[in-house]
Amino acid sequence: MSTVLQDPQTVETPNYLNAEYGWKSWLFTKDHKRIAILYIISITVMFVLGGIFAGLIRVELLTPQGDLVNSDTYNKFFTMHGIIMVFFFLIPSIPATLGNFFVPMMIGAKDLAFPRINLLSWYIYIVGAAFALTAIVMGGVDTGWTFYTPFSSTFSNTFVITAACGVFIAGFSSILTGLNFIVTIHKMRAPGMTWGRLPLFVWANYATSLIQVLGTPVVAITLALVGLERAFHIGIFDPAIGGDPILFQHMFWFYSHPAVYIMILPGMGVMSELVSCFSRKAVFGYSFVAASSIGIAVIGFLVWGHHMFVTGMSMYASLYFSLLSFLVAVPSAIKIFNWTATMFRGSISYDTPMLYAFGFMGLFTIGGLTGLFLATLAVDVHVTDTYFVVAHFHYVMVGGMVLAYMGGLHFWWPKITGRMYPEGWAKFSALLVFVGFNLTFFPQFIAGYLGQPRRYHAYAPEFQVYNVLSTAGASVLAVGYIIPFIYFMWSLKFGPLAGNNPWKAKGLEWQTTSPPPTYNFETTPIVTEEAYAYAAHKENHGG
Amino acid sequence: MHSIPSVRTYVLVWLTLTIMTFVTFYVSTINLGEWNIVVALLIAFFKMMLVILIFMNVKAESPLTKLFVGAGFFWMVLLLGQVAIDYISRTWMPEGKMW
Amino acid sequence: MQPIRRITVADTHGAVAEHNPNLRHHFDTMEQQFDSATLGMWVFLLTEIMFFGGMFCAYMIYRTMYPGAFASTSEHMNPLWGATNTAVLIVSSLTMALAVRAAHLGEQKALQILLLLTIFFGLCFLGVKAIEYREHWVDNKVPLIAGHWDYSNTDKYPNQAQYAKQAQILFCFYFFMTGFHAVHMIVGVALMLTIFTMARRGKFNSTYFTPVEISGLYWHFVDIVWIFLFPLLYLIGHTKESLF
Repeated sequence: MSTVLQDPQTVETPNYLNAEYGWKSWLFTKDHKRIAILYIISITVMFVLGGIFAGLIRVELLTPQGDLVNSDTYNKFFTMHGIIMVFFFLIPSIPATLGNFFVPMMIGAKDLAFPRINLLSWYIYIVGAAFALTAIVMGGVDTGWTFYTPFSSTFSNTFVITAACGVFIAGFSSILTGLNFIVTIHKMRAPGMTWGRLPLFVWANYATSLIQVLGTPVVAITLALVGLERAFHIGIFDPAIGGDPILFQHMFWFYSHPAVYIMILPGMGVMSELVSCFSRKAVFGYSFVAASSIGIAVIGFLVWGHHMFVTGMSMYASLYFSLLSFLVAVPSAIKIFNWTATMFRGSISYDTPMLYAFGFMGLFTIGGLTGLFLATLAVDVHVTDTYFVVAHFHYVMVGGMVLAYMGGLHFWWPKITGRMYPEGWAKFSALLVFVGFNLTFFPQFIAGYLGQPRRYHAYAPEFQVYNVLSTAGASVLAVGYIIPFIYFMWSLKFGPLAGNNPWKAKGLEWQTTSPPPTYNFETTPIVTEEAYAYAAHKENHGG
Repeated sequence: MHSIPSVRTYVLVWLTLTIMTFVTFYVSTINLGEWNIVVALLIAFFKMMLVILIFMNVKAESPLTKLFVGAGFFWMVLLLGQVAIDYISRTWMPEGKMW
Repeated sequence: MQPIRRITVADTHGAVAEHNPNLRHHFDTMEQQFDSATLGMWVFLLTEIMFFGGMFCAYMIYRTMYPGAFASTSEHMNPLWGATNTAVLIVSSLTMALAVRAAHLGEQKALQILLLLTIFFGLCFLGVKAIEYREHWVDNKVPLIAGHWDYSNTDKYPNQAQYAKQAQILFCFYFFMTGFHAVHMIVGVALMLTIFTMARRGKFNSTYFTPVEISGLYWHFVDIVWIFLFPLLYLIGHTKESLF
């Protein structure tokens, strides 16, 4: 019996968290919100595992010699880091967590179109993760997350088939999520929620879902062919009997390039929500931002050859892919310009989600611009397969996507849990993440440009200073991730109650209780105003 | 919920498809060189359209469904076409061979 | 656009008048549920187009690279079996389309008979494929299993040994493409058996037949894949001899 005076607000309203108790009510749930939480837990576990491999890589690279582990083991480190981070963290991340939770709410629906398929998607993800973990425990894979043939199909002595199975299975999870979102957004919008009033987070998830549905099956069949080749000792991609390794790369990158847009588009969707809320202003150029999401999804399928400039692909194809890679930067740039214009003459507050949004805008810009360097044929010949590329994609993936995910988690945490996180610690962690991130990856641009190759456990001594800085940065970055984990857990029990709309944000998800009831809304909302109907003039914003 | 074709329509389509199968078979026995594959694929395409429009009733479906069906085939063309760009253009280079 | 109305989610079966027992609670109307299911199936078929498309892509490249090897592999295919199977699948699509029509109209008996016919034709297809696979096994044209691949010159095929390596790749694609197709057929037959069982139990009527409709879409799609596999795998290379 507690002797502390109970605030009447601690009396819990019926919500999706207290609707039912017990492990069965979670593992067999059909509620999109509970499934989102199952995903949050799962991808956090995978993120930690992928992070451990990153840590091992950075420790080895403290010294120029390959002295911590031998090269075969090092190959396994970066392979597992890549496979886990790409397929088991980044691809599902925002869609399966924040998307699952908020897409139905943002359109005023009671759930996704196919709740049981949503649950099936999580089950399939877990099975895929189990295969990946099995591959790790049995001894790992050393082919790189890109599974290039004929090494992966013929010569590698590691557990390629197991790992490929894990990725194949996780791909189905991704497809089912995308399928669900597409049908939901088309068919289950509340009255008055026209396409032109959809939050840009929904547009972004829609575009992401299109990519998931159209691209993932191709990597599925490609990895299936590699697995079959290994299992039956045939030679589909083996040059010795006439197979073509370049064909593997074409088919692999047909998915894996659009995959990077699966990874970034939802983060861009989060950005639109954050920037508008914390500038108290509608997103500038709404229709351009919405169209740019679709544009990225479509053009993203026309550029994959830029991963293959030095492989022996024809020069004319390289020209084609280089040109289109320049083109795909345009819709991304439109978004950055529009978010900046949104902030102009807005009433900006510096809550943690907005700090992550600022970080995204700067770091994604750097990452995106360095992508243009890589799209330039002559430059790419010099920097391909160096740390320049590594730095580029970490700037967009971590500096972009992970920051957006952190910003979104902080923004929607009060809605998901009903609790507020501690703002002081949150701001401090955001700062650690920003500093740690830049310290980790900026030196890699320089080292790569100067010639340090990627995927090597040893390097020439002149690169050591950059690697030491990078490893130091990684330590800071790790702390920046650990602290939020702690205070988020803490807030579940001890955080102050958040109320329905602590940020005074627009959007249907904020019109219901925190946490929301199981069916999201007491009555189906009817939408009468445009998205982001913040007052245009400055208003007093109580921090 | 949508208008559904009559039994007569279905049977007519079935007959057409079966006849086209015979035609494909017969044409393949005539040596047209490179055009054999073109003719065969054209006939297959025609058969596919019949199945999609009538058997799968896409003719009566909403524009949205038609858009999705079209997008699916367009995307496959994107895959085959862009991969082909590489292999075909290799021969445009001075020492280039397709393989 | 949906009509403007307020729907109280707290209402369950009592307060809201006459809602179809097949209406799932997150949907507002049967039409919304049907349209969502159909769109969902089409999106799934899109993924199948890309899945088979990947195989078609690889096959297309290798076939163009190795026309001689390809023509030689075509000699080992039996276009009569292929054509039979094509005809079998086409008629199964007819019975499937008629079954969906029966479901629309609430014709229970016709629905069950047509579903059974569809299943029968599907099994015929699989039976013919089994015969073909066995023929290839006996002929030693199975590169997947060690000891069952032999492409040396014979009296009937005096020039094929030069193509042995590339023919191996093409035969692999034959088995993978028809194999994945056969797997989809097996799933289709199992699906139809399930639908048949549901129909027997009287689950369908003219207001609710969604599973029949979307299973039908799946069945037709698998037929379409075969419509392309037949000419690509069986016919080219048979131009020199008439088979009638």
